[in-house]
Amino acid sequence: MSVMEFLAMGGHGPYIWGSYGVMALLMVIEARQVIARKRKALSLQHAAGHGGRS
Amino acid sequence: MSEKRIQWFKFSSPGNFFALVEKLLPWLWTTALITTALGLYIGFFVAPVDYQQGNSYRIMFIHVPAAWMSMFIYLVMAVYAFITLVWRIKMADVLAASLAPTGALFTFAALWTGALWGRPTWGAYWVWDARLTSELLLLFLYLGYMALHAAIPDRQRASRAASLLALVGVVNLPIIYFSVKWWNTLHQGASVSVSKGASMDSSMLAAMLLLSLACWMYAIAVSLTRAQAETLDRERGATWASSLAAAQAAELDEDLETTSEGVPVQHTW
Repeated sequence: MSVMEFLAMGGHGPYIWGSYGVMALLMVIEARQVIARKRKALSLQHAAGHGGRS
Repeated sequence: MSEKRIQWFKFSSPGNFFALVEKLLPWLWTTALITTALGLYIGFFVAPVDYQQGNSYRIMFIHVPAAWMSMFIYLVMAVYAFITLVWRIKMADVLAASLAPTGALFTFAALWTGALWGRPTWGAYWVWDARLTSELLLLFLYLGYMALHAAIPDRQRASRAASLLALVGVVNLPIIYFSVKWWNTLHQGASVSVSKGASMDSSMLAAMLLLSLACWMYAIAVSLTRAQAETLDRERGATWASSLAAAQAAELDEDLETTSEGVPVQHTW
C-alpha cells in the first residue's frame, strides 16, 4: 500500500485522521500544560523558600 | 506483626504523596508510550479492513478507550468526592479536582470521535439517543464540577459543592452504560463483555485493549502530575515543600554544564 493510499483510508481519511489528530493534539496540550504548571509551582515554592521562612 | 502492615494513611500526607508520584511517573509515561506505539501499529497495519465499515471502524480504537476512560475517571472522582465529604481528607479533594479536567478531555474525545465515526457509518454526526445524550451530560457534569471549584472563593465550600455535584452525577454512569440495553438506540450494543468475551477479530481487540491501557496510563500520569502541582500550590510554605524545592534546585545546580572557561552554561526551559 502506498503512503497516499494509507492516508486516504479508502475515502475515510478525513474522519479517521480528524479523530486521531484531535485526540493526540488534546493529549499533548494537556500534558504540556500540566508539566508546565508543576514546574511553575516548584519554582514558586523555591522562591518562597528563599524569601520566606526556611 | 504491625510493622508488616502498610501505612496507607501516610500517603494522605502531601509530602509523601508527592514523592510517591515522582517515583511512579517515569513508569507510567514509558508504559503509555510503548502501548500507544504497539496499539497504533496493530490497529493500522495488522487489523484488517472491515467488510461492512471499511476503514472507518478504526476510529473505534480510540473512541472506545476514550469512552471507557470518561466513565471510569468519573467513578474514581466520585469516590474521592465521597471521601472528601465524609472524612474531609484534603488529599482526596486534590485528587478529585485533578481528575476532572482529564475526564472532561476524554469525554469530549469520545463525543468527537463518535461523531466522526457516526457520519460515514450511520449518516449522522449526532443523534439525541440515550447513550450520546447521557455522555454529553457527563461532559457537562465534569465542566460543572470544575466551574464550582473555580467560581467559589472559599476552598472548603467549593470542595463541598463540587463533591456534592460529583456524587449526584454518579446516577448518570449506569444510564450511559446500560442505555444501549434499555432503550432502542442508534449506538450499537456491547461488542466486548466480561461474561461473553468479544465479538470482534482478535487483532482489533488487541489494538483496542492496548490503546485502552495507554489512555489509562496517560490519565494517571497527567492527573497525578496535576495533583502534585495542586498540592504544591495549596501547601506553599510548608516544610516538606521547601525542602523538596531546595533539593530539586540543588539537583539542577549539579547538572549545570560549564564551558571550557568554567562558566556555567545557561539552559532555558
